[in-house]
Order: sequence, then structure tokens, then C-alpha cells
Amino acid sequence: MSVPPLVHGPQQPADLLLRDVHVTDPRSMLDARRDVSVRGGSIVQIAEAGSLDGDGEQELIEGEGRLRLLPAFVDPHVHLRTPGQEHRENLQTGTRAAAAGGYCAVIAMPNTDPVLDAAPLLRSLRDAAAREACISVGFLPAITRGLLGEQLTEMAELRREGALGFSDDGRGVQSAGMLRKALQYQRLCGGVLALHEEDETLSHGGCMNEGVVSAALGLSGIPTVSESTMVARDAALAGYEGARVHFQHLSCAASVDAVAEAKARGFRVSAEVAPHHLLLTEQDVRGLDTRMKMHPPLATETDRQTLIAGLLAGTIDCIATDHAPHARDEKEVPFEQAPMGTTGLETAFAALYSGLVLTGVLSLSLLVQRLSDGARLFDLPTPLIAPGAAANMTLVDLDAVWVAGEHGWESRSENCCFAGQALRGRVMLTLCDGSVVYRERAFAMAAL
Amino acid sequence: MRHLLSIEDLDRPAIERIVARAMSFAEVSDREIKKVPALRGRMVLNLFYEASTRTRSSFELAAKRLSADVVNFVASGSSVEKGESLKDTVLTLSAHKPDAIVLRTPWAGAAELVSRWCPAAIVNAGDGKHEHPTQALLDVYTLNRHLGPIDGASIWIVGDVAHSRVARSNIIAFQRMGARVTLAGPPTLIPRGVQELGCDVRYTLDELDSADVVYALRMQRERMNETWVPSLREYASCYQIDGRRLHPRQVLMHPGPVNRGVELCGEVVDSPQALITAQVEAGVVVRMAVLYELLAGPREPRVPAATVLAERLAT
Repeated sequence: MSVPPLVHGPQQPADLLLRDVHVTDPRSMLDARRDVSVRGGSIVQIAEAGSLDGDGEQELIEGEGRLRLLPAFVDPHVHLRTPGQEHRENLQTGTRAAAAGGYCAVIAMPNTDPVLDAAPLLRSLRDAAAREACISVGFLPAITRGLLGEQLTEMAELRREGALGFSDDGRGVQSAGMLRKALQYQRLCGGVLALHEEDETLSHGGCMNEGVVSAALGLSGIPTVSESTMVARDAALAGYEGARVHFQHLSCAASVDAVAEAKARGFRVSAEVAPHHLLLTEQDVRGLDTRMKMHPPLATETDRQTLIAGLLAGTIDCIATDHAPHARDEKEVPFEQAPMGTTGLETAFAALYSGLVLTGVLSLSLLVQRLSDGARLFDLPTPLIAPGAAANMTLVDLDAVWVAGEHGWESRSENCCFAGQALRGRVMLTLCDGSVVYRERAFAMAAL
Repeated sequence: MRHLLSIEDLDRPAIERIVARAMSFAEVSDREIKKVPALRGRMVLNLFYEASTRTRSSFELAAKRLSADVVNFVASGSSVEKGESLKDTVLTLSAHKPDAIVLRTPWAGAAELVSRWCPAAIVNAGDGKHEHPTQALLDVYTLNRHLGPIDGASIWIVGDVAHSRVARSNIIAFQRMGARVTLAGPPTLIPRGVQELGCDVRYTLDELDSADVVYALRMQRERMNETWVPSLREYASCYQIDGRRLHPRQVLMHPGPVNRGVELCGEVVDSPQALITAQVEAGVVVRMAVLYELLAGPREPRVPAATVLAERLAT
């Protein structure tokens, strides 16, 4: 690749001393109270808690043994809605939302207007990100032109311009023959093919999971097999072609089984799951709150449990929010009319920490890993808290209780499925590539 | 009762109360002057996003018999295409200060949504494939008049259950009144998971004899284009209610409009077992009872939840 895979706006390298913070980074085998010194944006020293003193040039942050320092998160699946849908989100608001959620890097999907399917578009978008993005952004251009599933994009040229991989997210590639060509072409250009799995002949017209709740509400259902049959089909194709594919936003038990089987056969597949599929079910749709309308839809409790088990077992490799902002007017309509999607960047950690870690389902260290394992899948460096590494870290107050959305959002949109929930765990500070990119307001006051 | 959004919100005593009130209004329809002054000075607004003659005229008649003023607003397809959202339409119309809005839309949950946006009492006259609560009430009323209480009765609902709001409201209402409900129809038109509502499912009419009431649903011709069944001919051969299938002991119901020769054979429509015109008649008195229930009580200040919230935030 001739250009760096990630871009971000201008930054100011930080000089910080994080004193007596509890560092939890399973990859560095760290889970203890430490002093962490950052100079010029790099981690220069990690020492016993209380052993380092600031030199006056470093900003001093006192963790009091209470604040957690985690490697920052990486989200391989967000919608930044730029170009063309800036009333929902733009590069600045989207990356700010990510920073507020503890993320240092995100990968944006191509279902914009126009669709990100040509090199000049990618170039201009990366230029814009180099001015406006407050954290690192990578892009997945489309697999097929206009997401129409009919003709491959110029994948080789797109790769030269910095494409991390390709995705037709928002729609599945319906034709097996079409997808096979993309898989073959991958031998030339590389890049992960990230697949939104949906058989539109099965899902057509549906707006929630097919089952007890859709039957009771009289809504057209989307059967889980519309996803799982496509996962199985595309895993088989990837195996046949020896290609590398990534399954996006798994939502049901049958899909987890299909991925497990593909991995058992040694196929080069990986998979992600969204926080809402790990925490909510179709029962949450009963009130017809349009924030609960997402794609793929929330499924049953059995599906949810299987997704959690898949995450624990490593069948599912990482957590991705599928952050999908929609304007208030677009969501303030009857359920069937509303667009699909929920925002997720600002709540992912707190929602998962509250819902899965505090309930004993998941360990904090596994959650931290799964929130950044997306980087490795797309051949990006994984944030690491270690001497010499660029500072990609997030400082979290695990005891802080906050109501999601009570003080507004950094995102331009507010369609968050966790809005109104009391969550534990608040991001206080985020560093991306050596710079402070987010400070919680109250925390900023205290630090100054 | 502040709104009638879903039959789910009514327990058995509430249904019985409305049915009893409807019985008392039945007498009004037989008077020379078919009007009582119960809702004089109140305004009822009919807001219909879907074509409907019978439900709308039934509501209109009900409101007029109670001496309410009625305004009909038919949101044509084009007004939606012009870009006005449901919310803006409702806010505009609520500036006329209606006491009640009767709402029919193709979207599930729309009535509930509207109840949050404006202070009027909302009557759900059909929201997508979700619910049609006044239909269920008038069906219970009709059965009560003809059979007495329906505790323990077996009611078969036959046909396109998947696309029927009538079926959904009736499953709940009939069960709440003590009846046992069986759904029968083509497997492509019986939604997965519907058994969880407490009813049985059959794919043939072989056991139809066990029913006390046969409730046929309208088979919409447009469903043919979506290939839910191979042909209307085959549908009729499997599910049409005719003289052979309908036992003389059974009564027959249908929400209208009937497709003769499809879901019902002409001979049974015209037979004395059919309660279809009685259902239409019941429609007016039951809707009178519903409007009376919502509007006749002491007038409490009606403020939408959103306004309350806005005021709370302002202080």
C-alpha cells in the first residue's frame, strides 16, 4: 500500500503523567496500579504507582488507584455518513463520538451518497478526514459499484489510495457469482472483504426479527436464516477461493454456528458482533421505539446467549458498534417507516461493562481485547500500553454512573438504543496517536 | 379510559362495560330521531391514511348520533409524497383542537405515537397489520347479542392471518372474553410465532366442525402478486367457507368487504347463519360507546406527554 491506512486531523502530541492509574492491558500482561508517563505523544515509561514525579512540563493526572487506563478501542464498523448525509453525522462529529467512547480508530462504511466506490472519492474523503477527524479513520470502499451488486469497483486502484478492504455494508452481495469474482480479485489487490449477510428474498419488506414479537405486533419479520444462510454460503465460497472474509454484525445463533464451522475447516474468516445484539432482544422492540430498529434486527434471547458464547469462545473475533446515526426527524415516524440503525460509539463500553462485565458474564480484560481486536483483523496496529508505543489509551472511571444521553451526545444524532439507561463506566480521557482527543467535561475542569 | 390504542389495554370488565353501553345505544338507532345530545359541542376528527368507506362512515355516523361535530381528513397518497410527516399533519390538525382523533394508518404503532404528540383522545381505527380494536369490540358485541356470553366457545379465524389487523385484535379480545381461538389458513399466511398468543393453528379446515363461530378473513387480491398462494382458485378450494363446510349449528362472521367466491361462497353470505350485516350495524353503536367512553366523562385537561416534559424542563 502506498499511503498510510489511517488518517486523522492535525494533533498536538501530549505530555502527560498519569499517576497511580490501574492499567489493564491483557496484551501487555498488565493489570496493576502504575504511573504512566507520556512525552511527545509516546509512552516513555511505565513504573510502580507513585514512583514518578512530573517535571512541570507534563500535565499531571491523578488516578488515585481508582481510574482505569485501558488500551483505546478500535471499531471496524461505523457509519460516518460523509459525503452526502451530513445531517446525520460528519467526520468531525462521528470521530468525536468515537473519542468520547474511548476509541482511537474507526473504519467507515461506504454506503454514503454518493457511494464510496471510486478512487477520487476515496482520495477526497481521506483529505477531508486529514483536516476534520479527531481520531484515526480508515475506509472500506464498496465491493460493487453503487452497492448494486452488479460490477466490481476498481479494487486495485482503491487499494493504492488507502482502502483497508471492501464492503457492501447495508446490503448483502446477493449474487454468489458476483461475490466469487471479488474473492478471486482479492488475490491481486488484497484487502479484507467485510460482508453484510442478508438474503433479500428472505428479508424483503421485514422490519424486525420474525418471531413471537413480530407476530404479536403485526410487523413483517426478517427470518434469522436470511443472515445465516448467506454466512454459510459465503464461508463456503471463501474456503473454495482461499479468500479472506470478515462477517459483519452477526445477529443470530445459526450464524455463529456457521462461522464456527468455517473456522473449524480452516477457512480464513472472522466475525464481529454489535453491543446491541449482545445486550438486547426482540422483546425490546415491543414498545415500537424506532431506536430499537436496526439491521440486522434484534433477535431472541437464545440468539443473544449464543452470540455471547461465540464471543467468549473466540468464534466471534471482535465487537463493532455498527454506529448508524439517523436524524431525529427520520426516526420520529411510525416504526415501519423508520430507517434502520442505532448509534453506539458513545455507549459501547459502558453498556457492555454494565450489562456483561458487572453481571459476571465477561471479564473486563476480555471486553477490552474484543473492543480493539478489530484492528488486527484489518491489518492495523493494535493499541498497546507499553514503553515506546504511541499513546492510544483511554482512561475510564468504572464507578461513574451516568444516564446515556442525559447531557446530550457528541454524535450529530441521538438515535441510541441505550438512551435513558443508567450505565456504569465513563470515559474520562482518550488519547489517539499520542494526542488527547477527548476529555470528559467535569474531568477537564479538574485537570486544569 | 383516555385513548383506545390497542385491545391489549382493555381488560374483560372494560370490554363488558363498552359492550353494555353499546347495547343501550342500540335503542337510539331505532328511534325516529336517531340522535342523543351526549357529545354536543365536541369535535371528532377522522384522519385516514388508507382508503376506508365503512370504518370511516361508521365512526362518522357514531359521532353524529352523539351530536358531536365531525371533520373528515383524508390524507391522500400525494400529501404524504409532498413530504409532510405524520407528526406535522397531526400537529397541524390538532391546532383545530379536536376532542378526539380517529386514526387509520398503514403503520403499526402510529396511533400510540400520535397520542404522544397531541392532547386529543386517540382512537385507533387500524394501524397497519397491528390492531383494529373497535372491530374486535363490535365483533364481541355481535356475538354477545346472538349467542350470549362466549365463555368456552370455539372460534375459528380462517384465512390471511398474517396481513390482518382484525385477526390480531380479535385473537386477544375473544380470548379475553373466555373463548378458545383457532387460526386456520395457508402456512404462508400464518405468521411464525403466532401460537404464543395462546391460540391453536391448523392448516386445513378438516376440524372446522368443532367450531361454534367461523370468522372468515378477507383474502386480498393484491396478495396474489406476492405469490403467497399459488392461485385464488386453489385458495378457494382449500379455505373457502361454503354450504358444505359450514355446519348449520355454526354462525359466520366476516369483517368486510366480502370477496364472494374467494373466502366465502355466496350461499353462506346470504344464509341466516351469516352475522355480517349485524356486524356492520354493531359498528355504529359500539363506536358510539367508545366515543362516549372517551369524551363524555368530566373534561380533564388533556396535555400531551411531550408538553409536560417540555414544561418540566423549562422550570
